[in-house]
Formats: sequence, C-alpha cells, structure tokens
Amino acid sequence: MKKVIRMENLDCASCAAKMEDAIRHLPGVTNADVNFLSQKMTIEAESITKELLKKAAEICRKVEPDCELVI
Amino acid sequence: MIRRQKRKSVRVAASAALFFAALALPLPEQVRLAAYLAAYAVSGYDVLWSAVRNIAHGQLFDENFLMAVATVGAVAIREYPEAVAVMLFYQVGELFQSAAVGRSRRSIAALMDIRPDTAVVVRDGVETTVSPEEVAVGETIVVRPGERIPLDGVILEGSTTVNAAALTGESLPADKAVSDGVVSGTVNLSGVIRVEVKSAYENSTVARILELVENSAAKKARSERFITRFARYYTPCIVAAAVLLAAVPPLFFAQSFSVWLSRALIFLVVSCPCALVISVPLSFFGGIGGASRQGILIKGANYLEAVAKADTVVFDKTGTLTEGTFSVTAVHPQTVSEAELLDLAAAAESYSKHPIALSIIRAHGGHIDKNRIGEVTEICGLGIRAEIDGKTVYAGSGRLMDEAGARWHDCHRAGSIVHIAVGDEYMGHIVISDRVKPDAAQAVAGLKRLGVRKTVLLTGDVKKVGEAVGRELNLDEVRSELLPDQKVAEVERLLSEKQGKGTLVFVGDGVNDAPVLSRADVGIAMGALGSEAAIEAADLVLMDDRPSKIVKAIAVSRRTMGIARENIVFALAVKAVVLALGALGVASMWAAVFADVGVMVLAILNSTRTLRVR
Repeated sequence: MKKVIRMENLDCASCAAKMEDAIRHLPGVTNADVNFLSQKMTIEAESITKELLKKAAEICRKVEPDCELVI
Repeated sequence: MIRRQKRKSVRVAASAALFFAALALPLPEQVRLAAYLAAYAVSGYDVLWSAVRNIAHGQLFDENFLMAVATVGAVAIREYPEAVAVMLFYQVGELFQSAAVGRSRRSIAALMDIRPDTAVVVRDGVETTVSPEEVAVGETIVVRPGERIPLDGVILEGSTTVNAAALTGESLPADKAVSDGVVSGTVNLSGVIRVEVKSAYENSTVARILELVENSAAKKARSERFITRFARYYTPCIVAAAVLLAAVPPLFFAQSFSVWLSRALIFLVVSCPCALVISVPLSFFGGIGGASRQGILIKGANYLEAVAKADTVVFDKTGTLTEGTFSVTAVHPQTVSEAELLDLAAAAESYSKHPIALSIIRAHGGHIDKNRIGEVTEICGLGIRAEIDGKTVYAGSGRLMDEAGARWHDCHRAGSIVHIAVGDEYMGHIVISDRVKPDAAQAVAGLKRLGVRKTVLLTGDVKKVGEAVGRELNLDEVRSELLPDQKVAEVERLLSEKQGKGTLVFVGDGVNDAPVLSRADVGIAMGALGSEAAIEAADLVLMDDRPSKIVKAIAVSRRTMGIARENIVFALAVKAVVLALGALGVASMWAAVFADVGVMVLAILNSTRTLRVR
C-alpha cells in the first residue's frame, strides 16, 4: 500500500535525500520518496502501520529536527 | 516558518552590526576581539549546535559540521574577521535559500490553483455550498457564470459557454448545452447550468491533473539522479582534498601551516553542493508545472528529458492528425450541378443512419421533402436504391452502379466514394473522407523546424487515404493498412533506426493505442480533456486535440532542459574556479562563501524561469 504524508518545515534538500534513504531501509518498506519541493513524503510498504509512521517521523526528526510529519 | 526566518534575520542583522562595529570603529584590542566573537556567536550558534547534535546522530559530512569546522578553524588561526564574515555570509545564504524555495513553492502552488474551492449542490430542493469533496456521484450541482466548474458531469439544464484555459492553456470558449459533458476546472462563462455529477472529486479531471503534477517529481530525470550521486561523492572528496591541502604542501613549501590551513578551510566552505541539489529538481518541477498550465501534462521529469530529445515522431491517423469524423470533401457531378447531385444523394440517404449517409445529409444542410421519396431499399454492402420524384435513384458503390447498368468511373481522390445513378444514367459521385485537422500541417512543419528527423504515419486505413494524408502533411514515411500488432512491429523497426541518443515519440488518442504507446520511448495521448483512459495510458498527456501542442511540448521540454543544464554548468564552473583560486591563495574565505551563496541564489532564481511558459 501507498501513503502520501504532508511534511512541514522541510528546509534542506540534502536532508530530504537522507530521509528518503533511511526510510527506504526500514523493514517492510519497498519504496520511499521525499519530495523536497512539494513537501510530501510517499511511502510504499506491505502494510503501513502506526509503528512504521512513528519510525519515519523519528528519522525525520533526527535528520532535520524542525521537520514534522503531518500524520 | 516565516517566524523562524524572521528570528534568524534579526540575529544576522545584529551580528552584522557587531561585525561592522568591530571592523570599523577604533576600539581597544580586547573589545574588538570580544565584538568579533560576539558577532560570531550570535550568527553561528545554531550552526554549531546542529553540528554537534548531528554528529551524535551519526551524520558526519553535513553542512553544519563543515561550516563549523571551517569557521572554528579560522578562529583558531586568529583570522577573526574571516570567521565572522564566513558565518554571516553562510547564514545570509541560508535565508536567501529558504526565501527562494518558499517563493518557488508558492509560485507553483499559485500556478496549479485550478482547484475549485466550493460546489453548490442541490439537496431536497435547497442549494447549499459545500466543498467539492462532499458531493456524491449523481447529485446535482448548480454553476453560475463566472464560477469554476467544480466537478466532472453532464448538463441537465441550461446552456452556456465554458473556458478551458486553466486546463489547456487555450482561451477558445466552447458552447455547452443539455446532455453535453463538462469538465472540472473549466470556467463557466455565460449561463447558469445544472449539472449531474459523474465522478467524485478525487476522480475528477482537476484532481487527476494535480495528482499527476505532484507525482511527476517522483520520476526523476537522469540529470537529477546524476546530481544526487554527484553530491554524495563530492562532499567527502572535497573534505579529503581539504585535509590533504592542509597537511601536504606545508611539508614542501616554505609557508607556514596556517596559510595552507586557511586555504583548506576554503575548501570546506565550498564543499556543499546545495545549489545543484535544489536548483535542478526545481527546474524540472517548474517546467512540469508551467507545461501543465498550457495543457501539457508530463508524468515525470524523465519523460520531459526524453521528449526533449525527440528524433522520430510517429503519428496515429484517425483522431490524431485527422478529425475522426466523416464529412463530404468533394462533389463531382457528371451532368447535373453540384447542388442537384447533393440533393439527389441526400434524398436517397435520408432514411439511413449510416455515418456516410449522415455526412451527406449534413453537407446538404437544407430541408428534404420526404413526399418526394417513395420506396427506399438499403442493399447491404452496396448502397441504397430509392424512388425519388418517380425515378429510381441508386446511391452506393461501383458495384451498385454495375447492377444499375450505369457507366461509372472512379475518383482520383482518397476516401469513401458514393456514386449516384438515376436509372442507368451515371450522375456523378460524392467523396466522403476524414478531414485533416486544420493545424496538422503546421504542426508537422513545426516539428521539422525543431529538428525532428523523421515524421511517420501509421494507420489501419487504406493505402490511398494514408498516402494522401502523408502528402498533404509532408510526412517522411507512411505505413497503411496496419493491424494493431503490425503497428507495434513498425514501431520496433523505427526504434532500431533511431540515430544517436534521440527518442521515438508516438502520438495517438490513447484509447486503442496502448501497446504502441508503451513501446515507444515517449507516448503522447491527445484530446485528454474528459478522457480518463488517455490520461492513464500515456507518458505525456495533451489536454486538447490540436497537433500543434506536440510542437509546444517539445519546445517547453527543451527549454527546461536548457535551464537545468545552465544551472549545472554554472554551479560546477564557479565552484571549480573558487576551489582553484582558494588553493592558490588568491581567494579569501569570505570571498569563497560569497561566491558559493551567490551561485546558489542565482541557480534557484534561474530555475523559476521554467514556470513561465509562453
């Protein structure tokens, strides 16, 4: 399944790339795309659970502390 | 976010004030030093803090760390003004970058603001204003003049003219009446209409277009992927080079360690390829957004790249280069006048529902007195025999003429020929064919002007018709009488004949060209306004059905590629120059930051040029 999540305060383009990479490596995730320009994250995974989203949000916060996912 | 930027601006301003004070005013050394350090701290504390925090999270080669090392290094070798200047310029650069990205995002959002905000739905006889998402399929909505039509549907009551400029980029208004379909996103111009909603908001044309443009960023162009890979290697390389520059030359040359260290710090300052990482995707995003306003939907930056390199353009015939409807294109009477021949034919065909009959009746245009017509027999495969004004009139193929005993001759023109005979006397014939679109010839000429090497027509229609169209439009190759899988084979052949890195573009109406569309390098579907199938099938979707849009699509793509390339070359060139000058000791640290920041801002601003499409 695919989920599109809006992001806020995504200011750094290389951070977007780092987040994409890290989220792609999460278990169960087949693909992740972080669009810096539209501030949208698309995750493709077998099942998108609350746990997965929490982990994704953690990754974002680690890479860019001000950035938030609007879940 | 704006608040954050404002806070930062205040800090930068305060720091700048301290900096200039320390620089210009005559102060005791201690105070001057304190002023510099204060200026540095005020502007740079968040960078230093981020650097430390990110190391704790395992992020090493990030911007903050490199800037921190560079400036702390500068402080360490007592180049205080340099340290402050670098930090100041860097923060100013960050502010510019945020502002520019914010502005670009807003421009793109404004450009894509074809989204209707409200819909007026009639429930239990009462008109209520709701958001378009809340209207269900089958409900009735009311659209007044001046309002944007919020959902796809069919007109139940009223007639009007609509302007599809927001979707197709063309301002030609179209008349709509009861039972005509209307499309979301178009503007209702003159009359009040009641519309039965045919698809929910998320499936409406507007929503699909917006989704398409947003998702287009996911399909990265080759240049974007190159930049990402480049950025990953560039930073560590520059840092390594910086370390070498600091460590090695002092062993060979006479100068002190700090001279080379300060040059090495310049390398650190230039080690972030942010200009490229932001401006290249921005160019593509802007290009796709700008194109969509012109009614050209590009599903991915990779397709934009591909269509810009079009070498061969293959067209489907019916519906793409031709109108797709039958109409009378010539009336060749033998003995009577054109009007009389047409009159006879129309009378004979007046009871038939065949498309050919309908086109003859349409061409006649006048009133046909049914009293003149007696018995009418439709002879399957041959034509019609009708009693008109007491005489036996035959309208149909050559074989019908043979049966009637009339001496007929064929027409040199291509198309369906309807021969007319009265008794055994041949009256003449009427040519009915599919008309070539008015701007088709201009489109082909435009493609050739753009340097497209080969223009090809593939059609299932008979050779005579295919070749006539080919001649009329000045196409390079025509292949007729093709079955669907033969079309695919032809495309394969053309693909093998491509020259260089050029791509093969196929243009069709999307409905029954799916295999060919997917086989081509780029598949373009035309006339997508209101056609879901077309939007799904192709890589590029043209909202209206004018072939000249193909020329525009290629032109827009080339322009976008050009701007992206400008940014790449400019950014890399400036960085190379700065690195070279820095290594030689000609450039100072703050000059390097200035150049770097300048390049980044210019690159971002340059990218926004892609939004403007003529």
